[in-house]
Formats: sequence, C-alpha cells, structure tokens
Amino acid sequence: MHEVSYQGDIRLTRYLDDSGRPLGEMPDWALGEQPWVGYYQQMVLARQFDTKAISLQRTGQMGTYASLLGAEAIDVVSASLMQAEDVLVPYYRNHAMQMIRGTPISRLFLYWGGDERGNASPQMGRDLPNAVPIATQCLHTCGVATALKLRGEHQAVLTMIGDGGTSKGDFLEAINVAGAWQLPVVFIINNNQWAISVPRSKQCIAPTLAQKALGAGIRGEQVDGNDAIALHDVVGQALERARAGKGPTLIEALSYRLSDHTTADDATRYRPADELKAAWSREPVARLRNWLHGKGFWDEAREQAWQAESKQLIEAAVAEWQAMEPQPVDELYDYLYAECPSGLAEQREQARLRQQRREQRGADHD
Amino acid sequence: MTDNAITLLDAVNLALARALEEDPDVVLLGEDIGVNGGVFRATDGLQARFGERRVIDTPLAETMIAGLGVGMATQGLRPVAEIQFMGFIFPAFEHLVAHAARMRHRTRGRLSCPMVLRAPFGGGIHAPEHHSESTETLLAHIPGLRVVIPSSPARAYGLLLAAIRCDDPVVFLEPKRIYRASKTLVEDNGEALPLDTCFTLREGSDITLISWGAMIQETLMAADRLAEEDISCEVIDVATLNPIDHATLIASVHKTGRCVIIHEAPHHGGMGAEISATLSEQVLTSLQAPVRRVTGDDTVMPYYRNEQLYLPDVDDILIAVRETMEYSG
Repeated sequence: MHEVSYQGDIRLTRYLDDSGRPLGEMPDWALGEQPWVGYYQQMVLARQFDTKAISLQRTGQMGTYASLLGAEAIDVVSASLMQAEDVLVPYYRNHAMQMIRGTPISRLFLYWGGDERGNASPQMGRDLPNAVPIATQCLHTCGVATALKLRGEHQAVLTMIGDGGTSKGDFLEAINVAGAWQLPVVFIINNNQWAISVPRSKQCIAPTLAQKALGAGIRGEQVDGNDAIALHDVVGQALERARAGKGPTLIEALSYRLSDHTTADDATRYRPADELKAAWSREPVARLRNWLHGKGFWDEAREQAWQAESKQLIEAAVAEWQAMEPQPVDELYDYLYAECPSGLAEQREQARLRQQRREQRGADHD
Repeated sequence: MTDNAITLLDAVNLALARALEEDPDVVLLGEDIGVNGGVFRATDGLQARFGERRVIDTPLAETMIAGLGVGMATQGLRPVAEIQFMGFIFPAFEHLVAHAARMRHRTRGRLSCPMVLRAPFGGGIHAPEHHSESTETLLAHIPGLRVVIPSSPARAYGLLLAAIRCDDPVVFLEPKRIYRASKTLVEDNGEALPLDTCFTLREGSDITLISWGAMIQETLMAADRLAEEDISCEVIDVATLNPIDHATLIASVHKTGRCVIIHEAPHHGGMGAEISATLSEQVLTSLQAPVRRVTGDDTVMPYYRNEQLYLPDVDDILIAVRETMEYSG
C-alpha cells in the first residue's frame, strides 16, 4: 500500500504579457499611476547606470563590472518595497537596489572603480556589502535575520542570488535554517538562465528552482521577473509575511541575462544569438513602458525628458566619483582590526615610505 | 585544591557563562551545545541557565554556523559559535576568510564582525579520524582573523573573555588533550587577558622555548628536566598566533641567544617557520645556534593507534635543546 505523504505546488505569477498587455483583469491595487511610474523611472535610471558602467569599463576607466541588464524590474521593485529598517544583503548585480536604498550613485562607481570606500556609505546603514563569492549572502541573511528576531525587531531581510548559486550548499543550508527557525527572510533567485556559460538546464534537473523551498519546508513560488506588477505583488507579500513573523519565502524570478556575465565575459562564445534576440522581446523596461503608455501614465515627451534627466544624473555621479581623492595608503591597514596591531602598524609605516619613494620617482620622471 | 580549582574545559564554560551574564548581545550557537552541553560539555548547563534564545542548537551544517555568525555579528550581536572538532572547520573557511576577516576592512569600519568561532583541536585523545589535526597555521595566515589558543585554565578563561569582548573576529582553538589534564585555581572575576601579547610562563637565561596549546605541557616538563641539568629555559606561550606578539619573542631570544620552537602542527610552513624567519631577520647576530623546530612531521595526523608516533614528546624537546646548547658553529 502506498499513500501520498506530501504534495507541493509551485505557482507562477504574471499580470502582463511579453509586450505589456494585461493577461486578464488587473487587480485594483494595480490600476493607479503609482508606484508604476516611479518604478519605471528607476528602471530607466538603472539601465543608464549600467550602460555608463560598461562604457567606462570599455574605455579603461573602470575595472570588471557585472551588468544588471534584464534584472531592472527585480532590483527596482524589490528595493522599493523594502522599508528603511529592513536589511538588504546584496550580491554583485544589485546596483539598482543599492541605489534605491540610498547609496549615492557616485559611490557605486567608486566601488566598481576598485575602491572599497564604495562599501562605506553611511546611507547603506546596516545593509551588507556586495557578496562576491557565490551564495554566501544567503547565510549572512539568515544570521542578520536571527539577530533581528532575537531583538524582537519586526523587520525583513532580503537577499538575492543567481540561478547558478542555487546549486551551492550555502543556499540550501540557508533556506533550511530559515525554515527551521522561521526567519523573517525573503530569498529572491534572479533566474537569468545563465551561470556564466552554463545554462539553467545543466544546473539542476528540477523543473523549477522555487521547488527547492519544498525541501526546506518553506513557501516557494515563481514570478515573472520581467513583470514589475507581478513582482510588486509577490515580493510585497513575502516582505509583509516576513515582517509579520510568518516565516521565509523563496521567490524564483524568471528573467534573462541580456548582458555578458561581466565585462570580462563574452557570451557569444556559448549563447545562441536567437535566444538573446527572443529574450529582448520580453525585457522588463519596454514591457512596463508599454503598460504605462496603454494606461496613459506615460508618453513620448515624458520618456525623452526622463531619459535626458537620468543620463544627467549618471553623468553627474561619474563626475563626482572622478573628483574624489584617491584613498591614502593608510586605508590598507587601518580597518582590518578595531585597533591596528603593532606589527601591522610597522608595515603601514613602511608602506608610507614606499609610497613617498614612488611618488618621488614619479615626480622625477615628470 | 580549593573549590575554585577547575579544568581548562570548566574554564571555557565559566567564561562563556560570564560573557552571557554580562552582555545580552552574546549568543552561543553550534551543534549539540544546548541540552547536550556540547560533545565535550563545554556549554554544559548554559542553555538551562540562559535559555534557548541565547544558547542555540543549530542544524548540522558548519558552513551555516559560520555564515550565521557573520550575519549576526554585522548587526551588533556577539555570536560565539562552536565547531565540534577542528577537522570539521573547513566548511566554515569561506565565511571566516572571505567575510568575517574582511567585513570591517571592506566596509571601512561601517560594519564589523565581532564573532568568536571556538573549536577543540589537536591529537592525543584517541579520537576518530579527522578529529585530531592541528591546522591553526591555515587560519593564522589570514589578515584580519585573530587566532587564539589557551594552554591553561586561567588563560582559557581570560583569553576567551577577551575574544568575546574583542571587536574583531576570533578563532579560539581549545587544546582538547589538556581539556581535563589538570585543575588550577581560576577566579571568576571577569578579568580578560590581553590578545596582543605572548605569556612568559617561566623566565630563563640559556634558551627560549616557544610553544602554544597542549604542547606547553611537554615544554614545561622539558624545562623542569633541563633545569636539573643546569640549563635555564625561558618558556613562552605564544597564545595569540595572529596578530602575533613578535616583540616578546625577539626580546627573549635576544637575551638567551638560543631558541627551540615546539608545535604539534606539521613542520612545513608551520607557525614555527614564521617565528624562526622573524628571529633570523631581527636577532641573527644574537643567535648562538640555529633556531630549531620540534614539530609534527609533514604527514597526515595518524588515526589514534599511531598518534603517539606523530606527536612530539618531552624527549624530542630535550634532544633539540641539548643539541642547541652544544652547538658550536
């Protein structure tokens, strides 16, 4: 005799079709001008940032950069729904989230320009810096959430991970403990279909990544990551559940990496051109713009004005970044420990002298 | 012995209780640390006393324990995590090296990571495979990570309190071979010991013996025997391997002119090599003999039937010291 011990379902939420037309009757909360126009403007700004960052890298003014192209809706909507006291534990593609959480854009350029001071903006509050190693942020998220829970703070902690990262133990250990301890966490998988050159289909045989939640006993669902309205619904509810003490949620946001993995990558080596072309027909920015146009909330004049204004904002941020003083050599030593140990202080002294020698040599050359 | 005479293991428990008592931000987490009191009983009775919110049994995942610790510490808690044996610390490495050690630095002080990761280490208790290694050097190499090893009940108490109060991440390695080796008087006075200094356990004039952890026992026994031969040994417990207090070691060897370094960990690239290199940079002209190392060999820590074949003993130290004393260039 057999019986069914457990049955799980994964739902997918979409409100707009690929070109921004409603798939059915829209809910009341979706009918106004806001927050959608605000989201759209932030998404345009995010794309302008991205374009600029890539061009700075291509012209040798900035180092390797991880593009967010195609993830604008996920980033913008999630960050916009967070409260200031919630905590963000970002990974290396969450530039728009950090921007919306208050990090000056100049500081994002500072970071990607190779300077850790970009992680030090006071506006970042208690948000963590970018996780560069894969999936580690998921466990930090659970630690942050444990701290909030122990202190009786009713806030949520939100983190994001790529589809490739869900293959790593850290992710699985994190959703497991988040479930076991009912932590106030929202995990968002930005399933952009590619982990550098390895496609989603080679990452895991499970038909959805959201169903990994079932193994951890937590809520898991899919959302169209190019659909700002669906994201607003799904992420908003997950954040509210977390703040209300109703436990964690795993959200698989279906998107597409319209860029290379980073500026150091060349996706034409492994990715079919027609797949990319098809993905552009589903992309999030045009989709929301079409919806706004259809509702009469946006028009060509506003579009042109905002494109120009956001470009200006980005250019001003670049200028601000480029005017910043280089960091003094002491920064390599001063923050490692609460107090600089004597051995390290001696090395700092030597480094200052070495720096002076190099500057002197440079001056002699001039 | 009075009632206050306790083992190193008791001292760990006493310091943890003290820290939990004095600071509501201190939280213990680990596998089996709650009702069970830890596999060595280091946390015995603490959950009953401080509750399940302060002394937390975690799922069985070492990466998770370290990762949680990092996240908790960034929000101002002082997590004290236990890894059951050092042999199982490797899943925690990424979080220690890539995150805990760098959090303050990479945020330029916006966030910090005041976590402690405790783990029993070393051989000599007839444990299963993977339960007896000494891999402290791997950790001591990491900038930003403090590595602290007590060698007596009093130092376990004082150094663990210091580690928990420290605003930097600390790996606190407990020499389990001497967990219950002896009882000494430890006053529960809440006084921490400094993390920036070696401890000179015995002053001497002929030779400096440098060690840490369980090997301090053999080193002191060797010093006793050598005293009978009129060889006066200065014995130094390094205690904090990173950042290390080279000044005390240098001053001692400058005075004695001879040095033997004793550690259980393998020879190659061990902390003994670091100390020896520093001595030759700083006090070469004071040295009357080459700096010697008495260490484990560069082989795998044997399963328990053969562990005595691996572990350095008092005789090994005596031989190295006598040869160093007799050295004539």
